Amino acid sequence: MSLIDWFAARRKDQFVGKVSQDTDEGDGLWVKCSECSQVAYRKDLISNCNVCSNCGHHNRINSDERINIIADKNSFEEFDRSLSPTDPLGFKDRRSYADRIKESQAGTGLRDGVVTGICSVNSMPLALAVMDFRFMGGSMGSVVGEKITRIIERATLENFPILIVCASGGARMQEGMLSLMQMAKISGALKKHKEKNLLYMPLLTHPTTGGVTASFAMLGDLILAEPKALIGFAGRRVIEQTLREKLPDNFQTAEYLLAHGFVDVIVKRKDLKDTLTKILKIHGVKELAKTNI
Amino acid sequence: MAKRYLLDFEKPLVELEKQIEQIKELARDSEVDVSQQLLQLETLAARRREEIFKSLTPAQKIQVARHPQRPSTLDFVQMFCDDWIELHGDRNGGDDMALIGGIGSINNRPVLMLGHQKGRDTKENVVRNFGMAKPGGYRKALRLMQHANRFSLPILTFIDTPGAYAGLKAEEQGQGEAIARNLREMFGLKVPIVATVIGEGGSGGALGIGVADRLLMFEHSVYTVASPEACASILWRDAAKAPEAASALKITGKDLLKLGIIDEVLPEPSGGNNWAPLDAGNTLKEAIEKHLNALLQMPEEELIEERYKKFRVLGKFIEANNIEEIYSEIPQKTE
Repeated sequence: MSLIDWFAARRKDQFVGKVSQDTDEGDGLWVKCSECSQVAYRKDLISNCNVCSNCGHHNRINSDERINIIADKNSFEEFDRSLSPTDPLGFKDRRSYADRIKESQAGTGLRDGVVTGICSVNSMPLALAVMDFRFMGGSMGSVVGEKITRIIERATLENFPILIVCASGGARMQEGMLSLMQMAKISGALKKHKEKNLLYMPLLTHPTTGGVTASFAMLGDLILAEPKALIGFAGRRVIEQTLREKLPDNFQTAEYLLAHGFVDVIVKRKDLKDTLTKILKIHGVKELAKTNI
Repeated sequence: MAKRYLLDFEKPLVELEKQIEQIKELARDSEVDVSQQLLQLETLAARRREEIFKSLTPAQKIQVARHPQRPSTLDFVQMFCDDWIELHGDRNGGDDMALIGGIGSINNRPVLMLGHQKGRDTKENVVRNFGMAKPGGYRKALRLMQHANRFSLPILTFIDTPGAYAGLKAEEQGQGEAIARNLREMFGLKVPIVATVIGEGGSGGALGIGVADRLLMFEHSVYTVASPEACASILWRDAAKAPEAASALKITGKDLLKLGIIDEVLPEPSGGNNWAPLDAGNTLKEAIEKHLNALLQMPEEELIEERYKKFRVLGKFIEANNIEEIYSEIPQKTE
């Protein structure tokens, strides 16, 4: 082996080693922030809602962690757990959709990319749908559409406000046009909710794009967003490559949308529950009797 | 007649057409009776054309759907009515030329018509932005639909877009919000809505005027969740796999009828709508008449409720507690 080969091999090993370290988030007591490289004790990071204490970077969190931040302890009652995706088109790209479903289910313990239910926030009721980006990029197929529609219908029936935590790459291509139709289905359910003068808020988290942006993410009476979250209709690369337009650095961030009038308020994760509580109170949401939950 | 734009799979017809032309020329200059041969060749050409168009692949249908001479929204409007007045503007600082609308009457019935408008050539397409509407276009559409709602004009929409425009300005002006609002508000309109995919229905940009009581599609039109090109480059990591993506995505009228997404597939003249635009116009006019007649019988509240139900049932999923049960129900594809 020549010296050059030896260096090449060593670089390759280093590279592989680094990647596996990054993706292996399960173990390790220490975590390095992907934004500012500050090293933090994992438990500290978790107790800080997975937000870097140095730079304030909001790490992605899963649906369970999100529910724990929002809901009063043990108040979350999950609905429609038993809904699972099927493969209506027999879709196969480089891999079959059926395989992708199974892999995502095994990896996340979820049936599909959204968890829905009702909880209380400082004793006030809130219907909740939390998208989980781990499940095929939070993409919206029939199950996501159906579960969100059902929770909206339930909230409409029981006069509950709704919060939908968005985290999605858009419509799930593997279910073809059925996915696109979920956008209309959910928007229709939101229409009925709105007609009863009930409060609907989406919380836009990183990332909220495509078909989700072009439907329920933008239909909030009040639209909340997490700091620096990517929010947009078309992908940045699509706009850059096909249309050759120069884009500002903060393009499609929560702050950018706020400046252009499409987000009401940017909420830091640690303030989320407080902010929700204030909003619910101001909108006259009554506290539940203790026995109800 | 203007020179016809030929699609690659139409090439086998070119030879035949050339022969027909030659014989016709010959006949003009001489006394020989060639009507027999002419008839033979013309019949043959017609049969070939029919064969080719009966067995188009989804990727080929996309080519037909994008044919520059395929009748567009304004073509249909011209065929349908002679009292058309185009209405402009989103009352928000712009008028999108890619999504047009106006009022007129079909068979003495006043209606509002709106749809995406593509151009025939590069110059027109620059003005029409290739039929890709900006947020202002969707807001204009909503303004007109709400107007129709107040004056009880049934709404006809014509879908023909590669997708909503993706650009810096479009994002700044809230492309997502504009489409989303249309989806929600269309559920509340008290007048019948008939939407027709006359060319290509590109994703959210199509759905933005597509929440309807009846959704019709021409035989060679396509309606996609994402363009096959984009889908191929994301899922296959290779844009050249677009024809495969086109098949996998189930984008033709026949497939979408099976999935319960559309209500009717309108037959096209052999060779596609661009061959006989007037025939296409008649087909569409008859279909719209039929559906409007049925929808106008319904009380407003029932109409709105039925529209909700129509979309409410879309989606395929399994409801089962046992995960093993689920795995056994997912069709296993072996290849």
